[in-house]
Amino acid sequence: MAQHSRKGAQFQALTANRLADGIVVYLTADNRWSESLQDADVTEGKEAGEALLGRAQATVDGNIVVEPYLFEVTHNENGIRAASVRETIRQAGPTVRLDLGKQAELPGVHR
Amino acid sequence: MYRYDEFDHQLVNERVAQFRGQVARRLSGELTEDEFKPLRLMNGVYLQLHAYMLRVAIPYGTLSSKQLRMLAHIGRKYDRGYGHFTTRQNLQYNWPALKDMPDVLHDLATVEMHAIQTSGNCIRNVTSDQYAGAAKDEIEDPRIVSEIIRQWSTFHPEFSFLPRKFKIAVSGTPDDRAAIRVHDIGIQIVRNGKGKIGYEVYVGGGLGRTPMIGKKIADFVPKEDLLAYLEAVMRVYNMYGRRDNIYKARIKILVHEIGAEEMKRQVDAEFAEIRKTGALHLPAEEVARIQAYFASPAYETLPDESTELNKAVLADPDFANWVKSNIAAHRVPGYAIVNISLKPIGGTPGDCSSDQMDAVADIAEKYSFDELRVTHEQNLTLADVRKKDLPAVHAALKAAGLATANINLITDQIACPGLDYCALANARSIPLAQQISERFSDLNRQHDIGELKINTSGCINACGHHHVGHIGILGVDKKGVEYYQVTLGGAADEKTAIGDIVGPAFTEEQIVDAIETIVTTYLGLRQPGERFIDTYRRTGIEPFKESLYATH
Repeated sequence: MAQHSRKGAQFQALTANRLADGIVVYLTADNRWSESLQDADVTEGKEAGEALLGRAQATVDGNIVVEPYLFEVTHNENGIRAASVRETIRQAGPTVRLDLGKQAELPGVHR
Repeated sequence: MYRYDEFDHQLVNERVAQFRGQVARRLSGELTEDEFKPLRLMNGVYLQLHAYMLRVAIPYGTLSSKQLRMLAHIGRKYDRGYGHFTTRQNLQYNWPALKDMPDVLHDLATVEMHAIQTSGNCIRNVTSDQYAGAAKDEIEDPRIVSEIIRQWSTFHPEFSFLPRKFKIAVSGTPDDRAAIRVHDIGIQIVRNGKGKIGYEVYVGGGLGRTPMIGKKIADFVPKEDLLAYLEAVMRVYNMYGRRDNIYKARIKILVHEIGAEEMKRQVDAEFAEIRKTGALHLPAEEVARIQAYFASPAYETLPDESTELNKAVLADPDFANWVKSNIAAHRVPGYAIVNISLKPIGGTPGDCSSDQMDAVADIAEKYSFDELRVTHEQNLTLADVRKKDLPAVHAALKAAGLATANINLITDQIACPGLDYCALANARSIPLAQQISERFSDLNRQHDIGELKINTSGCINACGHHHVGHIGILGVDKKGVEYYQVTLGGAADEKTAIGDIVGPAFTEEQIVDAIETIVTTYLGLRQPGERFIDTYRRTGIEPFKESLYATH
């Protein structure tokens, strides 16, 4: 499986799939799950990342989401962006179907 | 084609009801994800990159028009208006919601379809030749054996928890269109010196991270003994297959480790034991019952030449090109096999919109006895079309955007979903196939290049069959960046070969140019009448290596 987060990544966010429909979601600062990465709580450093993961457990136990994991993100003028190709595709949608996924709200995300 | 009997109906309907309960219990939290995951996988439901994915079984790739219309309907109602035909002759939906899945399975069951045997460590959906029943040199229709294996293997308690998944493919002609030598078991239907029909059996083929070509362990298994023989193979595998290491669990590793001779010895010993009881002797009347479902359709007596066809070929160059590449010879005079390419220039290999599915269903109903096939090369086939109807079929396909004339040419590529959809992928496959398709879009150039199969996989699991592409492309991940490794000289037909790695991987920016360099090198080296694969077999890898890496 492709790696999700680089070892030693500075900034990380937490993602999962919503149980009922499988849609990709991100954990927010107030412990909700948002479909937009722009709403995600971004943490800095390893310990903060682990704390973020810990916060997701209640919603996993509550059958809201499945398979949560941390991944590396960057901040730039376009907002929060995933660092890897994999997570960029997950964030935006397939690069071969620009009409599908969440890319409508992320112009130019796939170049 | 086969029609469900009462047992099939009951079995599938019960499964839908069970899964409805399981989904409800998962959504309410009664079942944990760990408890639920194996249950959903047993019903073809995966969790992929963007959403759930449902893999629908299309036994030996055969579909009725009614079934295809249902697949179209499901694509529209529960998904995003399309589906993806795979190298396993199945159909995958990329976006269905878990909460809708019981309704999807219910709808499938109304047309005798399901998602059983599309996941898990069981005997998977049996695959076969898309030209079954229509091929010129066919010894026997492989769908009969495939259906018998389907019935035998479905929910077989002894084979529900194998060390790993298990794939069986059947070919009824000496020309292998089912890639039987890269399956766990490959069955080649043969006729012996006495004119009797039986089976050659290959075991231990497979792709993935350790590609292996199947070894022949039986020259002639008599018809009535087939299931007993397969059971013997399965028992040896069940007993000695590695359960401690997922990467070594497939039967190919067992066969490789003990050797084909020892495998044959063990299977023969087990086979002898089973035969003593006679429990699995295939009853002739049951074979006849199933055979009746695959009786030839009501072919008309026609002259082999069609003036309508000949006139249309002269009048319309597009049609002539399509006939040249997409039509195959039929065993019955006046009939032809039509291949529908799902590889439009710049498109996604294997993708088909719901509207296109409806169009193909209508065409199949009107012109091909209400039936069609899915190929492991991610195309569709209408097996029984009158030659004089070819112009009308072409026009109808063209109206649906399905008249691409490129079967077996360089733009007829296999590609797995790759990183655009798949949670296991390391790199994207589809965009590469699209770029290669665009680069070689000129049809005259494609015909000049001739038969050339490019297969792309987005990870080592090899769903895109890259090992057996004449040119194979494997996507790899290097620190979050996609790279592409190239293999040359693979083949999935009766001369199956695993491709050779040509050298260091290419970047996304370099890969299409690298493919063009390979093609140009071949064109410079080829002798009259040679296809790419023939030239490669004659020259070996060196000249390609040289031209690829000399400039880097």
